[in-house]
Amino acid sequence: MTKIEAIVQPSKFEAVKEELREIGVDGMTVTDVRGHGRQKGHTEVYRGREYTVDLVPKVKIEMVVPDNLVEKVVNAIVGSAKTGKIGDGKIFISRIDEAVRIRNEERGESAL
Amino acid sequence: MRSALLKTCLALVILMGVSATMAAAQTPTPAVPDRLAKLEKDVAQARSSGDNAWMLTSSALVLMMTGPGLALFYGGLVRKKNVLGTMMQSFGLMAIVTVLWALIGYSLCFASGTDFIGGLGHAFMRGVGAAPDADYSATIPQQSYMVFQLMFAIITPALITGAFAERMKFSAMVLFMVLWSFIVYDPMAHMVWGKGGLLNASLGGHFPTLDFAGGTVVHITSGVSALVCALYLGKRLGYPQEPMPPHSVVLSFIGACLLWVGWFGFNAGSALSSGSLATSAFVATHFAAAAAVIGWALAEWVRNGKPSALGAISGAVAGLVAITPASGFVGPMSALVIGFVAGVGCYLMVAKVKAVFGYDDSLDAFGVHGAGGTIGALLTGVFAVSAVNPVFKDSAGNPTAVGLIEGNAHQLLNQLVGVATAWILAAVGTLIILKVVDVVIGLRVAPEHEIQGLDLSQHGEEGYNLEY
Repeated sequence: MTKIEAIVQPSKFEAVKEELREIGVDGMTVTDVRGHGRQKGHTEVYRGREYTVDLVPKVKIEMVVPDNLVEKVVNAIVGSAKTGKIGDGKIFISRIDEAVRIRNEERGESAL
Repeated sequence: MRSALLKTCLALVILMGVSATMAAAQTPTPAVPDRLAKLEKDVAQARSSGDNAWMLTSSALVLMMTGPGLALFYGGLVRKKNVLGTMMQSFGLMAIVTVLWALIGYSLCFASGTDFIGGLGHAFMRGVGAAPDADYSATIPQQSYMVFQLMFAIITPALITGAFAERMKFSAMVLFMVLWSFIVYDPMAHMVWGKGGLLNASLGGHFPTLDFAGGTVVHITSGVSALVCALYLGKRLGYPQEPMPPHSVVLSFIGACLLWVGWFGFNAGSALSSGSLATSAFVATHFAAAAAVIGWALAEWVRNGKPSALGAISGAVAGLVAITPASGFVGPMSALVIGFVAGVGCYLMVAKVKAVFGYDDSLDAFGVHGAGGTIGALLTGVFAVSAVNPVFKDSAGNPTAVGLIEGNAHQLLNQLVGVATAWILAAVGTLIILKVVDVVIGLRVAPEHEIQGLDLSQHGEEGYNLEY
């Protein structure tokens, strides 16, 4: 089992979600987050006072998938979230040891 | 026989007709003087109805400027943890000042008294009823005049709250404002508008200062007091390192639009009648606001490359402030000039001067009301013309020159006296009151309460419970 965390532009989230549904991802957890990477923020000016907003809004999608689906998921996310500009986001991939479905205590991939 | 009967009947009918006509002619016609007196009474009543309808409408418009106008304008400018605390300051004053006004506030402003303060002749609303007070407004009940003036006494202290936003105890705010109403507002209103007041232009003041709707009484007193408050209380925790942007320019936007509309009651209502002077003040008010929006937004556009929504609405308020003393004395073209100057001037005050001196006038009560009020009060002395308002007359009753553009340079000096009086009274009075309140209950909330926000620490509630 593999956990995939994708941080994407909020404007691209719907496209990513659709694409993931197409390739058979059944479940995901989505959070509105703020952060920054190489993308610089922007400045706002209120009555002459400048504020630098360096944390910009992003959407984080977390999902745990069977190992054989990982490449397809990564390709789907890159394909639907990429604009080619700074600020498109990142994907983190990590191994998962165990999964438990709380309802019936199923374990492993069948719990996903 | 038959013809004789017919003739008799005919004669009877004619006789009855004639006698009926004679009876009608005998009903006494009212004498001409009586009819004239009745006509004059009816005309006066009609005039009074017209004036009173506008004055009650104006009173309601001016109250709307405080709540929701100013409450939204200021509420949007603070961080979201302080939105209710900020709105409660304005709303609380709607209640507190009303009660003070009913007890003795009105009397201290408008009853006969000394040069500096009114007497107690109208304490507890004594003698304030349906009969007009001809010294102020001959055509409306004194009660209408009283309630219209009350709305000014409410919004003036509410304007100050912008300077100490996000850090003053609610209890301290209440005590401060009670004292401020008596020590600063009531004397200033009496001096400028009360009969026998030192600066009254139409009722025998020594330094006739032109202040149509409150440039000195409302905006300079509140603006200068705001500066003293900001300096005395000190900066908000984290200012200016931490970002403290407005939590909702949208709320401020709605508030500013309500202020603009309400200001028609403020200025055009100050004609105290519904005639052509009210119209002239209405037009001047609107023109100045429009020109100030353009002034502020242009200045911002040049300096920052973008005209902001907050800048546009702040400009409107600055223009409305500056035209307040002038609205019933100047023509429409002068109003455009006053508005534009105020728009650019107030922008420079809040964007440059504040940064240079480093004080934390959090919502720019001084930068807009103190500066805008001073600009407006002085320019009133420049642009006032007798064609709009023949306020000064020679011994024969002919209108004489009013402002500098008509050749009366002396008026500018009188305006300066009025402005200086307002500045000194507000600065000294506010400093004394702050000392007293600081000693008695303390002014600032504890640092942990400031971090938590006024909504929770002062009122035990939150403005936005969006997760429910």
